[in-house]
Amino acid sequence: MADRTFTLTLGPLQFNWPAQKFVDFYAAVADEAPVDRVVIGELVCSKRAPFYADRIPAAIERLERGGKKVVLASLALVTLERERRAARELFQQTEHEVEINDLALMNWAREETPFSIGPLVNVYNEATLAFLVRRGARRVCLPPELPFASVETIVKASGDLGAAIEVWAYGRIPLAISGRCYHARAHSLSKDSCQFVCEKDPDGLPTKTLEGVEFLAVNGVQTLSYKYANLIGDLDRLAEAGVTSLRLSPHSGDFVAVTKVFADVCASRISPQEGLARLASESPEADFTNGFLFGDRGAAPLAPS
Amino acid sequence: MTARPGLELVCPAGTPAALRGAVEAGAHAIYCGFNDETNARNFPGLNFSRDEMAEAIKFAHGRGAKVLVALNTFPRAGAFWRWSKAVDDCARFGADAVILADLGLLEDSARRHPDLRLHLSVQAAAANADTINFYARAFGVKRVVLPRVLTVQEIAAINREIDVETEVFIFGGLCVMTEGRCSLSSYATGKSPNMNGACSPASHVEYREEGGYLMSRLGGFAIHRVAAGQPAPYPTLCKGVFEAGDYKGYVFEDPVSLDAAALIPQLAEAGVAALKIEGRQRSRAYTEAVVRNFRRALDDYAAGRPIAAGELRALTEGQQTTSGAYRKTWR
Repeated sequence: MADRTFTLTLGPLQFNWPAQKFVDFYAAVADEAPVDRVVIGELVCSKRAPFYADRIPAAIERLERGGKKVVLASLALVTLERERRAARELFQQTEHEVEINDLALMNWAREETPFSIGPLVNVYNEATLAFLVRRGARRVCLPPELPFASVETIVKASGDLGAAIEVWAYGRIPLAISGRCYHARAHSLSKDSCQFVCEKDPDGLPTKTLEGVEFLAVNGVQTLSYKYANLIGDLDRLAEAGVTSLRLSPHSGDFVAVTKVFADVCASRISPQEGLARLASESPEADFTNGFLFGDRGAAPLAPS
Repeated sequence: MTARPGLELVCPAGTPAALRGAVEAGAHAIYCGFNDETNARNFPGLNFSRDEMAEAIKFAHGRGAKVLVALNTFPRAGAFWRWSKAVDDCARFGADAVILADLGLLEDSARRHPDLRLHLSVQAAAANADTINFYARAFGVKRVVLPRVLTVQEIAAINREIDVETEVFIFGGLCVMTEGRCSLSSYATGKSPNMNGACSPASHVEYREEGGYLMSRLGGFAIHRVAAGQPAPYPTLCKGVFEAGDYKGYVFEDPVSLDAAALIPQLAEAGVAALKIEGRQRSRAYTEAVVRNFRRALDDYAAGRPIAAGELRALTEGQQTTSGAYRKTWR
C-alpha cells in the first residue's frame, strides 16, 4: 500500500448560499473538519459577493484558530471594472496566499510572494507548469478534465520544480464558465436583473436530457457536472503517481463528514471500500464518477481501482 | 468624410482549396491548421499537411494575403515536442503569425522564434485588459482574439488600455461558454477542444428514428429531437434541449449562429483591428461567398457607403442568428 499522506484542501464554495449558511459552514469546518487548507472567496459570480463579504474576515479568523491555512480565491472570469479591482486587491494584501483562477492575476503575482493556481487555469503540460512555477506558483490544482496519464507526467515534472500537485477529488466538477447566466435564463430573467435565483439551488440546478437522464448542473454563469467526482477509491494510485494534495469541493449536507471520510481513508483508519460506502450514505442523492481521470469520458460510471 | 479605420478580414480555411478560394474572394488573412491534434478544428479529412501548408503560404503571399497558423490546443503532457515542432515548421514556412493558447507553448515559441509574430488564440480566453497586458509583457504577443463574452463597449474599453491589436469574431458558429475553458464535450464524449481539438465530435454522434421522431445523441446523451423527416441540427452540446427545474428548452443557447455584420461600424470604432469569420469545417463555396460579402461590407464601410448586410442572411441557411455577447441583453 502506498503512503496515503495527502494535504486536504477545501476548495472555494461554488454555490450561492445565504450568508448565515455560509457562516455556519465555515464555522463547522474551522472547528471540526480535518482539512489542512481552506480556499475561501467568490469563485463564480461577483454579484454574489456583497451578500457575505463582510462575514469573511471572521470566518478566516475562526479557520486560523482551528489550525487551517487560509487561501484567498480569485474569481474565475474577470471582465468588469470592479472585478479587476477586486482581483488586484487580492495581491495588495500579503497576509494570505492567493489562489489564481483567472490569469489576469498573473499581472500582480510576484515570485517572492508564493501563490497557488486553481483548477480553472489551463495547466495541461509540464512546460506550462514550469512557466507558472518560475513565476512563483507553489501549488497547482490540475484541471479536472486531465486524464491520469497526463497527471502522472505533470507530477513527475513537478518534483524537480518544487511544486505540489493537487487533483479534484470530490464534488460536482466545474465544466464551463460563461458570460451568460443560465440560472437567470432558466427563470426567464437576464443576468443584470437575475434576482439571485441561483440561491434556490444550494448544489446547483440539476439539468436533465430529453429522456430524463441527469446530465449537468447549472450554477449561475457556471456549468457543473451532475455527477460528483469521487476519488476515495483511487488514493493509492494517486499517491503512487506522486500527487500530494486532494481538493474537496463543498456541498450542502454534512460536508464535515465528507472531509472526515477522506481523512480516515488517508490515515488508513478505514478502507477505501468503507470510505466509499460512507460517502454514499452521507450523500444518497449523489451519483459518483472518476471518469475524467480513469474512464473514457468525464461522465463514465465510477470505475473500481 | 472622415477617414475610417481599416479592418483586416481574417478568413477560415479547412483545405488548400478553401484557402485559395478565400484569397481570391478578397481575404486579407487566412487562418488554418495542421491535420493533427495541434489545432482546435481537428476533424477528419480537414486541415493541412506540412507540404500543403508550405504551398498555401507561398500561394497567399503571392497574392498579398497573410497566413496565420492556429496551434491552439493545449499540448498533451509528455508530447509537448509535437506542438513545439509545429511552431518550428510555421517559422520555416514563413507563416505571418502563429495563433497559440498554451502558456508553455507561448514561452517556448517566444524564446526560440523571437521574430515569429504571436497571436493569442480565443482559446486562451483573455477577457480583460490585465490578462492581455500580461500576455503582451510575458511573450510579446502582438494580437489577441477576444473571447465571445464581451460587449462592444467592453471591447472599446479594453482597447483603450492595451497596446496590442484585437481581433473579434463576426460571423459563423458561436461558443456560448468562454472558449478554452469548457469541458462539456469531454464530459460527454472524452474528446475536448482543449486536448483533442474537437467539440461534440461526429464520431460520438448518433441519429435514430424513434416513434415518429428523429433523436440526436452525443456520447449517448439525448441532445435534440425533431419530427421525423425534419432537418435535425447537429447535436452540439451547448445548443441542446434540456430540462432545468421547470424550464424545458435551450438551457444554454438556441441553435443560432453569430452574425454581427450590422456591428461592423461599432466594432471599428471600438478599435478592433481584425474581424474573424468562423468555419474552417465549411466548404470552399460557402467560404468564398462569406468572404466576398464581408470584404464588400468592409470596403463599403471604409469608403463611407452604407453596408449591405442583407446578402449575408442567405448564407446562414435560414438559421436563426444572434449578435451574441456584443449586445449586453444576451447575457
